[in-house]
Amino acid sequence: MTHSDPDSAVADLTEAFGFLDAWEDRYRYIMDLGEALPAMDDTLKTAHTQVHGCQSVVWVAVTTEGQIVHLHADSDSQLVKGLAAIVVRSLDGRNVSGVLGFDLAGLFDQLDLHAHLSPTRSNGLHGMVSQVMLRVGAIAKV
Amino acid sequence: MTAAAPIDVASIRADLPALSVQVHDDQQVVYLDAAASAPRPTPVIEAAAAFDREYPANVHRATHQMAAQATAAFEAARADVARFINAANPHDVVFTKGTTESINLFASSWGGANLGAGDEVLITALEHHANIVPWQLLAARTGCVLKVIDCDDEGNIDTATALSMLGDTTKLLSLTWVSNAIGTVVDLHPLITAAKARGVTTLIDAAQAVPHLPVDVRELGADAIAFSGHKMYGPTGVGVLWARGDLLADMPPWQGGGEMIRTVSFAESTWNDPPWRFEAGTPNISGVIGTSAAVRWLESIGMDAIAAHDAAMTDELVTRLTSIDRVQLVGTPQHRSGAASFNVEGMHHADCGMLLDRHGVAVRTGHHCAEPIMHRLGVSGTVRASIGCFTTSDDLDAFETALRRVIEVFG
Repeated sequence: MTHSDPDSAVADLTEAFGFLDAWEDRYRYIMDLGEALPAMDDTLKTAHTQVHGCQSVVWVAVTTEGQIVHLHADSDSQLVKGLAAIVVRSLDGRNVSGVLGFDLAGLFDQLDLHAHLSPTRSNGLHGMVSQVMLRVGAIAKV
Repeated sequence: MTAAAPIDVASIRADLPALSVQVHDDQQVVYLDAAASAPRPTPVIEAAAAFDREYPANVHRATHQMAAQATAAFEAARADVARFINAANPHDVVFTKGTTESINLFASSWGGANLGAGDEVLITALEHHANIVPWQLLAARTGCVLKVIDCDDEGNIDTATALSMLGDTTKLLSLTWVSNAIGTVVDLHPLITAAKARGVTTLIDAAQAVPHLPVDVRELGADAIAFSGHKMYGPTGVGVLWARGDLLADMPPWQGGGEMIRTVSFAESTWNDPPWRFEAGTPNISGVIGTSAAVRWLESIGMDAIAAHDAAMTDELVTRLTSIDRVQLVGTPQHRSGAASFNVEGMHHADCGMLLDRHGVAVRTGHHCAEPIMHRLGVSGTVRASIGCFTTSDDLDAFETALRRVIEVFG
C-alpha cells in the first residue's frame, strides 16, 4: 500500500473530505480512490472472496504478514470500489486487534457516508466489512 | 384504445403523499420506480388504518359486531377485485401475499395435481423469477419439464415461435403479460387461443399489466391470472390469484390450517370451498381492505384513461432516453408498457442508480429478479425507470436532466 501507516491514511481521508462540500465532488473523489486502489490479484477473486450484494460484485480477501493484516478488494461498480478503497486504506497495515478495534462506522459517519455502510443498501459494502471482520476475527482465535 | 378523457394528474398527485417526500435533506423525490411498488393513495392508507383503528377483528368468526364488520369489508374487497378484472364470480378470487405466492399456490396445488413426469410447462425468456423458480421446484417434485420460449434480440416474443413450441406434452402455458425488466407487452391473445384449442391450461403473470391496462379476464380467456396489490397502488403483502371456478374447485389445498377446512378430526379433514380452501390462517385483512380502496381509486380515475396516460408517458420516457448520447436501451420491444431499461456506456448500472438517487431520482438497478432475460440480452443488469398514472412530463424532464448531469460529471 502507498500508506504504510493506516492512521495517517485515515487522517488524510478525513482532511480530503473536509475540503469537499458538494456531493458530486465527494462522489468523484470516492471514485478516484477506487481507481487508485491497487489491482486485486485475479487468483484472489474466488467464490470464497466474493461478497454477494444484489447490485454489484464485490471481492475482498484478507492476507497476513506476521501480525499485520492486508486487505485486497475490487468491485465492478466504481462507487463501491471507491468505498471499498476507504475500508482498505483504513484497515490495511494494522494488526489483528487494530482491525477489530477500528471504528469503521465512526469513520463513515465522519465522512458523511454512513448510509453506504448500512445493511439496507444492497451495494455489498456492508457484506464486505462483515466478511473482513469475520476473517480477521478467525485469525485472532487461532 | 377507447378514447378516454385525459386524467387529472394534479389531483392524482394530491392523493399520493409519498410524492411530496424530500430525500437527501433537500431533494424532492422524482419517483420512477412504480414497477417495483406504486405509491399509496391517501384513501388506501385511510381504509387500511380505519380497519386497525375501528374494527380490528378477525374475519369469518362473526359472533360479534366488529368481526362481522371485518368479514363484510374483507368479502366486499373480494367483490371489488372481481369487478375490477371483470371476473364472473368473486369466489374465484383468492387472496395471497403477492404475485409470487399466487404463482407458487398455482404451481403447488394445480401443478402438483395435474403435472407428472414429462409434462411440459412453457414459459418465456422474459419471466420474473417468480414465474421460473416455482416450476423448477415442481419439476424436482414431479418430473415435469420446464421449456422456455426464446425472445428476439429486441426482447419481443414472436408469436409464431411461441406457437411452434406448443406440443403434445405441453400442459401449461405460464406467461408474463408485461415484462418487469424491459417492459415488453406480450401479445397474449393468439397464444391463449391456441393453448385453449389444444386443451393447454394458461396462467398469466399480470403483475405489471394491472396498474397500466384495463384487465378483463373474460376477454383475456386465460384460466388463471396472478397479480399484486402494491403495484396497483394498494398496500404491500396482498396478492391475487384469480382462476376459473371449475379449475379452483378441483384444486387441492396447498397449505393446511384454520379457515381452509370444513371438518377436522385426527383421522382426517375435509376441505372448505374455494376461495377459502386456499386461504389458510388469518389473512392480511388491513392489506386486503386497502387493496379494495386501491381498486375503487383506480376505477374513479378510469383504467382506459390511465392506459392512455401511461402509454404516453412510456413513449416519452423512451424518446428522452433515446435522445441522450451514451445511453443504450436494453430491450427495444415493439409493444412496451410502463418501463424502460437502459445502461450508460462505461458506467455500472448500480453507480448510475446511486448517482441518480443523489439527484432525488428513484429508479431500480440490477437484474430486476429476471436474470435470464438480462443474460439473453447480454448484460448483467440495467437501470430501470418505470412510470405510473401520477407521472408527469416534469418528472421525466427532471429525470433526463439528472441523467445528463450524471453522465457529464461521472461518465
